[in-house]
Amino acid sequence: MSRINSPAELETFRKNLLAGRDPNKTCITLCSGSACHATGSRDVAARIQEEIQKQGLNDEVEFRRTGCHGFCERGPIIVIRPEEICYFQITPEDVSEIISETVRQKKVIERLLYTDPATNQKIVHESDIPFYKNQSRIVFGSNTSIDPKNIDDYLAIGGYSALAKVFSGMTPDRVLQEVKRANLRGRGGGGFPAGIKWEGSRNAPGDVKYVIVNADEGDPGAYMDRSLLEGNPHSVLEGLIIGAYTIGSHEGYIYVRQEYPLAVENVNIAIKQAEEYGFLGKNILGSGFDFIVKVHKGAGAFVCGESTALMTALEGRAGEPRPKYIRSNIVGLWGRPSVLNNVETWANVPLIINNGADWFTQLGTDGSKGTKIFSLVGKITNTGLVEVPMGTSLRDIIYKIGGGIPGDKKFKAVQTGGPSGGCLPEELLGLPVGFDELTQAGSMMGSGGMIIMDEDTCMVDVARYFLEFLTDESCGKCVPCREGMRQMLKILTNITKGKGKEGDIELLKQLSETAIEASLCALGKSSPNPFLSTLKYFRDEYEAHIKDKRCPALSCKELISFYIDPQKCQACLICSRKCPSDAIRGGKNLIHIVDQEKCTKCGTCFEVCPSRFQAVRKISGEPVPPPIPEEARTIARKSKEK
Amino acid sequence: MSEILLKIDGQEVTAKQGMTLLDAARSAGISIPTLCHHEKLEPYGACRLCIVEIETRGGTRIVVSCVYPAEKNLIVRTRSEKIDRIRKMILELQMAHAPDSFILQDLAKEYGADRNRFEKEASFCIHCGLCVRYCAEVKKKNAVGFIDRGIRKEISFIPEIASKECWKCKECFPLCPTEALQAAYVLVEALAFPQAST
Repeated sequence: MSRINSPAELETFRKNLLAGRDPNKTCITLCSGSACHATGSRDVAARIQEEIQKQGLNDEVEFRRTGCHGFCERGPIIVIRPEEICYFQITPEDVSEIISETVRQKKVIERLLYTDPATNQKIVHESDIPFYKNQSRIVFGSNTSIDPKNIDDYLAIGGYSALAKVFSGMTPDRVLQEVKRANLRGRGGGGFPAGIKWEGSRNAPGDVKYVIVNADEGDPGAYMDRSLLEGNPHSVLEGLIIGAYTIGSHEGYIYVRQEYPLAVENVNIAIKQAEEYGFLGKNILGSGFDFIVKVHKGAGAFVCGESTALMTALEGRAGEPRPKYIRSNIVGLWGRPSVLNNVETWANVPLIINNGADWFTQLGTDGSKGTKIFSLVGKITNTGLVEVPMGTSLRDIIYKIGGGIPGDKKFKAVQTGGPSGGCLPEELLGLPVGFDELTQAGSMMGSGGMIIMDEDTCMVDVARYFLEFLTDESCGKCVPCREGMRQMLKILTNITKGKGKEGDIELLKQLSETAIEASLCALGKSSPNPFLSTLKYFRDEYEAHIKDKRCPALSCKELISFYIDPQKCQACLICSRKCPSDAIRGGKNLIHIVDQEKCTKCGTCFEVCPSRFQAVRKISGEPVPPPIPEEARTIARKSKEK
Repeated sequence: MSEILLKIDGQEVTAKQGMTLLDAARSAGISIPTLCHHEKLEPYGACRLCIVEIETRGGTRIVVSCVYPAEKNLIVRTRSEKIDRIRKMILELQMAHAPDSFILQDLAKEYGADRNRFEKEASFCIHCGLCVRYCAEVKKKNAVGFIDRGIRKEISFIPEIASKECWKCKECFPLCPTEALQAAYVLVEALAFPQAST
């Protein structure tokens, strides 16, 4: 491959590339993102290649391993184009049939299709499935059609055309105005307007400036940035190059977690290919602009997602936030003006340049424009990554796209914004998602984690869990965060163990104030959010734990007991056989009884008791009824007496 | 150097370019409590005891005075109900680790802090980083550093460096606000250099 030396050459190259690709040629795309990798996508890929070979289809069929499609609940996913036939949960055993039936004869295999649980109908096309149908996948959508290891795939869908547009006469100021007018706000957590951040760096004195991609995604359950970097690394690079040109930077960094091996691999390949094509390096597209990108693997500290801690880590020191009251876009990496934006923010830039700020601002709310990718996890039917316009209601995300709560359970809360976000209750399901809307409700957008909780989730325990995470991940530098959280975690742990005291809530509130007002960085300042938001919306649960020693969700182990209802027990022996601690007494035709002394509250009996009996109950906040007397335990079985 | 005029606790204070609020206050004889600050060292901003209130458009904001630069016409308050309340909490949190530190006890008296508010976890170290930073910034030896993070963070001597440098120096000893460094040092000495300590 020789370098592409001008925007015009790029367009010629693209034209030739497209001319060589038959849009009607059958193409099998297989999701090969991390989630599908975990569900066996690699084995499926090997079988597809084998089978194509075996059935002599090498010339007629193209096979492409793409990034994440988003519907991770049903992976691995295969889409056969151009018909767009979509199959879910593919195993290597299905492959031969798919090739001989669907690929060769265009016959649809019913059993591999998606069944809409609402209508019980089979759905053939990806875009008709409710999970996809209700999304607006402007950033994430390309993931499904390109091989991230092949720059030509990105070029075939119009890749690097925004860069070409910039170098066809847009001054850095024009680019800046467009990004500012689009009101692109940071997708990593803070929601700070990217244009203003860029402008600060552009105007800051100095010849050496940096642009940085924050790919240190660390929220439990969140993997938007990972999937974007794995599935479409060039879109991030293109945004980064445009940003560098705008602020006058010639060196960029991608700070990516080393726990994301596929993202690291794909982004390194992408950089190499972009260098070969002349999108990186000297005199990019003949513009005279030079820019290089380096990848830095982070060692996996949550706090390094904080901008100044990330820059400290990039400099080779322990990742601790800086105490300075000066923005890093003015004094950042190695003391130079540095623009740090998150993966998704950068990936939005080419779209804004290509389609214009007016197009971008059509989507979203007054304060939050464009779309946002959320990772929808927890007690939700359709686990996966979803991209919706800002302003979409939580209800639409959870029910229309997410398919609601599985197992006939009731929705209790949605946790947004990662560990330092908050939990929002059912009353707020109508809330449109946007930076300001979520913050006003006591939570935050964060990077887009969305954890759904059902009635079985104890909100005090949720607060305790996130505090524990943050205690672990705090850098430990400042007192309000390190020591404040240490004490908050102790108190919350005690409450979930039934050792809560009068005054605990007050003390937690005071510790929260200290953390919010006096912590050094955003991690510390937002660390009380899990507590404050659960207190705001679920105060009754705190009070039940503290005053009545009762866990309303029947979840906190030390506050519940397992009890077998003698009226319902059919002496089937299942629970007593499965009990790992030998805590169930009883025998054939003898009503079973839980020995409370021996019971470890593992919940096995509760799970294995046949649903037609439902004899095992969880009890909290009240004494366990005494076992029924020996003589009353025998069950007389009429049918067997004959 | 241009002079900056600002108001601290109602008092007109003249500061020089590059001074922090703490420098400015102290130069005017106004005291602000600190634990991790040292004139010879870079501001660290870890203990957060030196917080002050500054007036901003439409309200007040809490900042740490050891880092915040002196700005023209800034209005600063070094004490308020809120500041005192937060300082008291910070002291109480620290006293769970170093209840017998004289510095903490004196400050506790002033702010009405209860040394028994939190369950004792006497690790002695309050992570002010004075020893670590003095060794790195002034002595340029890095014989002592922090290890781990969050609530597991602690100071540790690096035996290879400590065995060469520390005997003749020991300048970090008197810096420690809890007298714990010595304990740590002695411990390391006993564990790492058994021959030397006998």
